[in-house]
Order: sequence, then structure tokens, then C-alpha cells
Amino acid sequence: MSKRKVKDVHRPIGECITQVQQILRERFCHQQLPDRPEGLEAQYKHLLELLRRSAIQGESNSVLIVGPRGAGKTMLLQCVLRDLLQEKEAQKNLLQVHLNGLLQTDDRIALKEITRQLNLENVVGDKVFGSFAENLAFLLEALKKGDRSSSRPVLFVLDEFDLFAHHKNQTLLYNLFDVSQSAQTPVAVVGVTCRLDVLELLEKRVKSRFSHRQIHLLSSFGFSEYLQTVRTQLSLPDDFTDRGFAQDWNSSIQTLCEDKSVEEALQRHFNSSKDFRSLHMLLMLCLSRVSVSKPSIKPADLLDASRLCLCDAKANMLHGLSILELCLIIAMKHLNDVYEGEPFNLQMVHNEFKKFLQRKSNSMYNFEQPVVMKAFEHLQQLELIRPVDGSSAKTQREFQLMRLMLDHSQIMEALQKYPQCPTDVKQWAMSAFG
Amino acid sequence: MIDSVCSLCVSSLVISVEGLPRPTIIIPEQHILIEGDDEDNPYVAKVIRLFGDESGEQMKAVVQWFVRVSEVPLSKLKLLGREPHPQEIFHYQGRICDDEVNVESILRPVQVKHLDSATPFPNSDDKDTMYVKLSWDSKAFRVVDSALVESACEPASPSSQLPHAVSGVETESLHSATKLSASKCLSTKRRNLATRTPGVCKKLELHSKWEDVVSQLLDKELDSKVMLAHRLSSSPPQPHPVTHRLTPINKAHRSPVTQGTIRLKPSTIALNRLPPSKMNRPLLSARENSTRSVLTLTSFKTLVAVYTIHLTKAQSHPTCPHNFAVCLIRNLLDNQQDLNSDGEDEDEFVPSQKELNGCSEEDEDDGEEEAGLDSEEEILVKKGRGTTAVFRTPRSKQKTHSLTRTPRKNPNKKIMPGTPRTPHQATPSIPCRSLPTRQPANILEEARARLHVSSVPESLPCREQEFQDIYSFVESKIIDGTGGCMYISGVPGTGKTATVHEVMRCLQHAADVDEIPTFHFIEINGMKMTDPHQAYVQILQNLTGQKATPDHAAALLDKRFNNPAPRKQTTVLLVDELDLLWTRKQNVMYNLFDWPTQRHARLVVLTIANTMDLPERIMINRVASRLGLTRMSFQPYSFKQLQQIIMSRLNKVKAFEEDALQLVSRKVAALSGDARRCLDICRRATEICEHSTTNPSATGLVGMSHVMEALNEMFSSAYITAIKCASMQEQLFLRAVIAEFRRLGLEEATFQQVFVQHQALCRLEGLQPISVSEGLAVCQRLGACRLLLLEPSRLGVLQRVRLNVSQDDVLYALKAD
Repeated sequence: MSKRKVKDVHRPIGECITQVQQILRERFCHQQLPDRPEGLEAQYKHLLELLRRSAIQGESNSVLIVGPRGAGKTMLLQCVLRDLLQEKEAQKNLLQVHLNGLLQTDDRIALKEITRQLNLENVVGDKVFGSFAENLAFLLEALKKGDRSSSRPVLFVLDEFDLFAHHKNQTLLYNLFDVSQSAQTPVAVVGVTCRLDVLELLEKRVKSRFSHRQIHLLSSFGFSEYLQTVRTQLSLPDDFTDRGFAQDWNSSIQTLCEDKSVEEALQRHFNSSKDFRSLHMLLMLCLSRVSVSKPSIKPADLLDASRLCLCDAKANMLHGLSILELCLIIAMKHLNDVYEGEPFNLQMVHNEFKKFLQRKSNSMYNFEQPVVMKAFEHLQQLELIRPVDGSSAKTQREFQLMRLMLDHSQIMEALQKYPQCPTDVKQWAMSAFG
Repeated sequence: MIDSVCSLCVSSLVISVEGLPRPTIIIPEQHILIEGDDEDNPYVAKVIRLFGDESGEQMKAVVQWFVRVSEVPLSKLKLLGREPHPQEIFHYQGRICDDEVNVESILRPVQVKHLDSATPFPNSDDKDTMYVKLSWDSKAFRVVDSALVESACEPASPSSQLPHAVSGVETESLHSATKLSASKCLSTKRRNLATRTPGVCKKLELHSKWEDVVSQLLDKELDSKVMLAHRLSSSPPQPHPVTHRLTPINKAHRSPVTQGTIRLKPSTIALNRLPPSKMNRPLLSARENSTRSVLTLTSFKTLVAVYTIHLTKAQSHPTCPHNFAVCLIRNLLDNQQDLNSDGEDEDEFVPSQKELNGCSEEDEDDGEEEAGLDSEEEILVKKGRGTTAVFRTPRSKQKTHSLTRTPRKNPNKKIMPGTPRTPHQATPSIPCRSLPTRQPANILEEARARLHVSSVPESLPCREQEFQDIYSFVESKIIDGTGGCMYISGVPGTGKTATVHEVMRCLQHAADVDEIPTFHFIEINGMKMTDPHQAYVQILQNLTGQKATPDHAAALLDKRFNNPAPRKQTTVLLVDELDLLWTRKQNVMYNLFDWPTQRHARLVVLTIANTMDLPERIMINRVASRLGLTRMSFQPYSFKQLQQIIMSRLNKVKAFEEDALQLVSRKVAALSGDARRCLDICRRATEICEHSTTNPSATGLVGMSHVMEALNEMFSSAYITAIKCASMQEQLFLRAVIAEFRRLGLEEATFQQVFVQHQALCRLEGLQPISVSEGLAVCQRLGACRLLLLEPSRLGVLQRVRLNVSQDDVLYALKAD
């Protein structure tokens, strides 16, 4: 028996790598739920108790889960639901309706979706839902007919809750909260949002009907916890088929996390945001470099990935511009300096460029007006410059006022890295006045 | 529609029905269809009396209602114990019903047949024949006396009319017993007046001599008829000899001008048909018996009584007996004049008038049954008469013709009149739970269940005064049968809707035990509809179960509330969240407040909104004026009231410490006075208490600490915690924002400006400066939490930044770090 196990353990390295990729990718991309939500135990308990009471005792409740993006709001809710549905009593009773403010952009769509998810549409047979008003009356009637002890409780999850508050009259919210505060079908309304001021969005009568329960996910964990999370996220589980490989992998992760440069890079990420999604992005980039020939994550991989994550998008875009376009950008920068951020037009930029050509340029020659115009339009397409609001399309293109969408630091950084940049252009860019 | 309008008391009325060739004549004792809410099933009624109102412009009819199967509530229909026949109607004896209708609402006559409760319904496809077996008084079905129902087909008139004529005054007619108390008063007044008239006394004296009178009358009968025919229709030649066909001639006599003469002919008919043996029967037996012949006799007797009066008058008149009939006519015409002037004798004349109409209607029915030939004669005769009193167009004749001869235009719709009006009302429901709810296990759970806002308390404490005011307002309106508006305002959670519901519960109870008339309670909520005009749809659906588009519903409701309609109960309409019904033209609000002012609407509107000055603020003058000044405002609860509310809810369940309760109520009273908030906090406190004790069996009372924690959870702002928990760069960015604001002296800066400050701060803190993209990401994250207010992100570095929290809060949060 043990012999066979030992035999099983040694798998070809390629197979192991595939398996590692699969497990970790599921973790990073598919939002696989952890066994316990770490650092959120109190909130987890609160929410679980609340939903359990709704499911089992038929108590109506409403609650908001508030926290910054990537703080684990949805993860918390999913964990609670997963654990709640393991209880047979809850599983058999609870009906779920999931709505998202980004998908159900108005109450009409939301009502249709609720009806669909509650499987109520078959009640009216083949009758197609008529008006919005009919639909609302239909659903309210359905909810009104139930009572606490006999109807199955309904869990409404409103993702991006704040967007529902922008619906006309907040009809949906009013009605959901009203049901939750009256002796009708038991409902649990769970709103998920990242806005801290969400209650101020609610109309006063809607607000009064909301129970004012808020679960805040504002955990103040430090860097050591962050590092720990990185380690656990990258580690392989104990039940990995090739035990030896798993041990090797885990120890390599251990050394990776202890590396000074890696720690620095992670610290930078941590300083920037405590969001786990951006961390997953970083780790995903590292993971994609793992191959059969390189069966572990090296510190260099992580540093590369970190650089990729932190690099400036606009500055990168500048690398792809032609010399002429770059010169125009530099001319704009000088105009910005001279006129203190006032908008400019093509003619001004061209004049500035011509001044440079006359005075300093050795390597550059003047271009025809149409060529410059084309370059200018390309910059506009790349949204490196944008027309000033309110300047009508009537004005000739040469005289349309524009603003530069780049910061000086971005231009300078791009110039440093621009391949074979003529030195006189570089000098022109660095000189204080055109 | 109405062609002929007569004097105050009208014996008949001619209407023309669309789609029918001839005008139809409506006379008392005839059964008619009256326009109602449901176009396919108009109301059925029997005309008792036709009259013009005070101004003489509006023709009205006093009617006895019949109820269709579809008008009986489904729940009550079970009392019937059998399947109702689609053409079955019930004699209505309920309490609340307006028995005056405008004649405009009369659609056409209809045939009503009485059946014994044992006899089966005939298999007839005739949609215009209704069958009556039972009466319905809104609580139970009873067997109905055939005499109450039928009159048109029989030569007899309702026996109930008899006492009027014979003993004149003592008994009140049966039909008036079903009327409102107001009409009762009216009839007693009339009775009193009648006793004072000398004619009645004379009549009573002469009562015993009736046989003589009859014989005299028989002698004179022919003369009078010939004379009358001569008088009335001099220009058109009479197509038939007078004596050959009695019926058409009688019809010829039936004109409002010659009311007196018309009274002669029922007697002729009755006498002609009566076998001699029956003529000698004592009057008493005639009154008790209800067979056809005896009915004839009784009606005859009534007539004779009337005749006696006129006879006495005629005798006192100094004209020769040969001209008796002429004198009689003159006399009666005088009487008619009297009646016009003071209406004193009205009561006396009504029965005879009915007699007349009953008979003439019989003629008409006969004509219908015989078809063809007869009807042509009728038309001819009517033409002749038309010159005297009735104006008719040939077109309308066409219409009447088709009424009697052809079936209804749309018989398909009438195939199942017995089915409910909205058969397709499949209201869905949330499926039932497979496992029962778990009952509260301990005292805290029990308390929590009781403190839930949804649990209905046994009583509503602290709103006694408001309750009393609303109750008496609505109660008085229901009892008086009038309408009115009331505006109730108050901040959310002060018990407005709950109080109104409680009032309605109490009133409903009072109505159930018959203390007040029954009423209809409808509730609409501005928030529970998608569009203000949906209010009409919901009201109509609640009232009648009909579904309609908003425009159509508005029209139907308008008709319902503006016209004197049958069987009207008071409707109490609760309009919650009134401000949501605001439209630019405000026509929804206007209608809601205008209906109660209509005389026949019987609508009480209770409106609820949050702001006290809503009528002044958003309503245009004509709307605000109709809303009136009956206002009530619910003050926010004081801490004592909140405490009392919690105590009454808990109802001796000891779960809270006294101080803890006081703390909650004081805190909530200071902030909003919202009872919902108060209950929610208490509920949360019980949860905290439950979780804080490690041993679940030994749950203690909810104390101050638990309540404090709950209060903190609910009232504290999360901004400071959010700043404290933000990442390093986010905190730095906030600082940079403040620094830039201070530099600019403004509360707004572009990202570019802030970013310069941010870079400087990074260097100061010894951190690697971040790129613009990263900075933008930080900025966006803060914007998503609404710590910052941002312009749309497509503006990139040019977007403007503002703080959503005070600078002090930010600095406090960052300093404490």
C-alpha cells in the first residue's frame, strides 16, 4: 500500500506544474472562497447569525455590507451563504435573489429579474409580463400574500447597492425595505457597497425603513499579515498529489517571501493598496512565468511582475510615438509652463516647434503643416490631448483649444527611455523655457 | 337621450336606446337596466317613481335595486348553496343604497320574472330576461315574495302598494322600508301631510260603497274613453275601432297630460277580466292572497279607492252626472296642478299611477310576445299620441324596434355573466416553506420577535388623541354618507400609517357588529406604484376588480364618483406617500380631492405625507383648496413615548434593564423620534447581549453596555475608521489634498496639483514616489469610498478633487495613527 503511494507521489514534473498552475489560478482568478474569512470573524458571525435567523425563524432583516473595493465584501457574503446552506433547515427554506446595480440599471429590469429568479413567471403561465406597473403590483402581491411562519424566506442580495439608490423614486428599495418591516413574506435584504455615505443616498422614508445595520469591512491589518497572506496564497495544499513536489514548492515560496527585494516590492504594493485583487494580479503574473524548465517562483519574477504592475500607462504609450509627435508633446509642455496650464491650439504648438527648429535643432527638419496636423490628430486619438470642454466643433481644427493630459514627470520619464532619442530634443525638453 | 320631460311627478318617460329603432317608454313598475361600472352587466332595477328634481331640469327615478350574481361578493355567494344561474338576480334589501338615479343612466327596459325557489330556471337563451328567486340583504339570501318583483307581466301591481290607497296612510310601503333613513323621514312627512288632506277622509267614508262606484264606473267607462280618444288624437285617424281592441287604445290614453283619465283604464281591464264570482270576495282575503286574480282584485280595489275620492269631488262639483267623466278629468287635472304646487297628494296618486303603468306595460309585453302585426299597430297608436306629449324622431323608433326584436349586439360577452369579472387574477405567491419556523427559544429571542417593527402590537400607545380624531372624522363621514379629505403629516416612523390602519380595523369591527354602515377601505401607496396615474388603476382594481389603463380607469372612477350610483357604500381611501402622486398638471391629486366634494361620491380620502407644508409647497391653489384644512400632524415621539412603546411591545417580557431602555429612547428622541429606529436599536442590543454572554442558557438582561454598543454601531460615522484603515499611499494622498487646499485657499484642486504635493510628501516620508497611474488608482479608490468627490475619471490628471469629509476629521484620523 505504502509502496504504491510512494510510487504515486513521483509524478513527472510537467504534470505537477500543470496542477500547480490549475490550483493557484483558481485561487487568483476564480475567487475561490477560503475556508474561513480571515480577519473578518466578527463580521462573519454577525452576518451568519442574521441570515440564519431569517432562514430559520422567518425574521425579516436588512443589512448593508460596506467596505472599500477588494476588501472581501462579496467573499464574506459568499462564505456566509456557503456555510448557511450547509444547514439543512436553511437550505430547504431559503430562496435567493441576486441583483447587481450594474446589471439591473433600473427598477423595471430589476423586477423582471426578481420574478425570474423567484420562479414566479410560470405562475401566470404563458402570459408575458405587460407593463412595469403590472409587474410591480404582481410582485408586491406575491410578497404580501406570504407571512412569517408559512412562506419561505427570500434573501435579496443587492450588489453595488448604491446604484439602486439612483433608481427613480427608489421604488424598489422602498418596497423591499417596507416588506422587511411589515408582516409579509420574510425577507432578508443584503446590500453590498463600497460607498461609505450610502445611507445619505437613501430618501428619508426609505432610510427610516432600513434597519440601519451596517457591517463595515475596514480591517487595519499590517504588512506582516499581508506577507502571510501572500505566502498562504502561493502555498500548495497538503493534499497535493505529489507530496515531495509540494514540499519543495512551499519551501521555495518561503524563501521567496523572506527575500529582501521581494519584501520591498510587496511593501510597495501594500503601501499603495490593501486590495487583495491587485495582489492576486501580481501573483498571477509571477505564476505565469513558472514552467517545466523553471519549476518555482524566483524573486526576479516577482520584481518583474511588480514593475509591470506599477509602471505608468501613459508614459509607456509615449514610447510608441514618432519623433515628430514627441516633439509636439514637448512643445505643449513648454506652452503649459509658459501659460500656466492654459489651453493651446495646433498653431501655437506648431509655432513653438518651429522656434525650436530655428534655434537649436541640428537633427530635425520642419514638416509640412498637414503632416503636423496628422500627428496632432493622432495624439488626440490616443487621448494624450483632449479638446477643452465647450469648444465647439465649428472652430477650425488648427485653432481648436486643447489640453495636455500628461504630467511633466511622465514626459520626462518617457524621454529617458525613448529609444534613440536625439540629444537636442532631449535637451530641449529639459530646458526651462522653449 | 331623454325626449320627454314632464312636470314634477312623471308617469312615464321615453328614452331612445342606441342601436334600436324605436324609443322605449319607461314607466314606473317597469324593470330597467341602469348604466354601471361594468358595461356588460348593467345594474338591474325596478322603477318605483319618476320625478323631476327641484329645478325641473334633472329627471330622476326612484328605483328598487336588484343584484346580479356578479355583484354579490364571492365569499357570500357560498351562502346560496347552489350554482347561481347566469341570468339570476336578487331582490336587494341591503341597507346602504342610493335609490335615486338620474334617468340618463337608464339604458333600457328588461324583463324580470319571478320564480319560486323550487322551480328550476328555464332554459332560455334570452339575455334580456332575468329571473328572481331570492332577495339579498348583503348578509343572507331570503325567499322573495313574487309580488315584490313582478309587476310588468302581471296585470296586478305590488300588493305592498295596497295599504296606501285603502287605509291611506298608516302603513308604509315595503319598498321604502329598504331605503335610507333619509327617505324614510321624507315618506313620514308625506304621510303626515296626507292625513291632513280632506280627500283622504272622504275616501275613507266612502270606502264601503265601492261596489256602487264600480257599477257606475262601468257605465261611464265607454263614454269617457270615446271622449278622450276624441280629445287627444283629433288629427291622426284612429286605425281601429275603439271597442275592438282595448289595448292599443289604452295606450293612446297613456299620456302625461291626461293623467286622470288614464286612471280609468286599469279598472276597465281589471273588471273585464274578473270573473263575477271573485268580485264579491271580501277585501281582506284579497289582501292576504297572492294569486294572480286576487292581485288583480286588490289592485282594482286600490283603483276604486282612488275613484271614490274623485267621485266625492265630482259630486261636490256642480256639474251634471252625464258629464261625469269630463268632470273627473278636469278634477284630476286640477289635482295634478295641486300636486305640482305642493305635492301633498302625491302619495295618494302614486299607486294608481303605478296601476296604470303596470297595465300599459303589460300591453307592451303582450305586443312583444305577439310580434309582427301588433307592433305596427302600436307604432301607429303611439304616433297619434306622440303629438300630445312625446316628441320622437323616426330614427329613435328604429332603435326601440330592434331592442324588442333582436338579441343583444354582442351576445358572446354575455355568455357567462355569472363568472367573476376578472377571472384571470392568478396572484402568485412565494412558495411555502418545507420546514416550520423555529419558535423563539429564550427570553431574548422572544423580546427580539416582539420588538420587530413588523409585529403588530395589541394597541398603539401614545397616539390616542390622533386615533380619536381620525376615528371620529371617518366615522362621522360614514354615518352621514358624505365625503371629505384629511391630510396627515409627520416625519417617518411616527406611526401615521399604523394609526390609520388601527382606525380602519376598529371601524371595520364596528361595521361588522352593525354599529355603523358598512364601508369599503382602499389603500394605495405612492411609492408602490410606478407612475402617479397608476393610482387610478389601483383604486379601480380595489373597488371593482376591473383592470384598465390609467386613462380608462380615471374615466370610470370619475363616472362612479360623480354620478348618483346605485348601492353605494362609503369608500375610505388611504393615500400613503402623497407627494409621489405629484404630476406637473397635478390632475391625479386634483381628482383625488375633488371626488369627495361630489354629492354622490361618498368618498373619504385620508392622505399621508412627510412634510407638514406639502399642500402649500407643491400643490396649486385649486388642489390645495379641495384638500381643505382638515390637517393633522404627528409629532416625533418624545423619549417617554418611545419608552412606553417599547414597554408595551415587550409586554412584561423582562429583557431590558430600565436604564438601558431610557438611554435608547432618549438617544432616538434626541435624533429623530423615529420609532422604527428605536425598535431596531433595541433589537440589535439583544443580539449583542446574546453574543456577549458565553453561556447561552444564562442570558442576562440587556444592559447599558450592550445598548451603547448598538447605538455606536448605528450612529457612528465610518469615515474616521475608513481613513485609519486606508493604505499608506491613500493616507498620503489625503494629506496632499489638504496641503494643496491650504496652498490654493480653495476647497478644490485638480489631480495634477495634488499629485505634485503627493510626490513631495512621498519624498518627505522616505517612500519611493509613485507613478501617475498609481496615483490615479489611489485617487479613484478614495473616490469610490466617497472620502473624495471626483469628476469622471476620463478627465485623467485634469479631474478635480474635493474632500467629502471635513479637513479636521481627516487630520484627526491621521494624527491618531
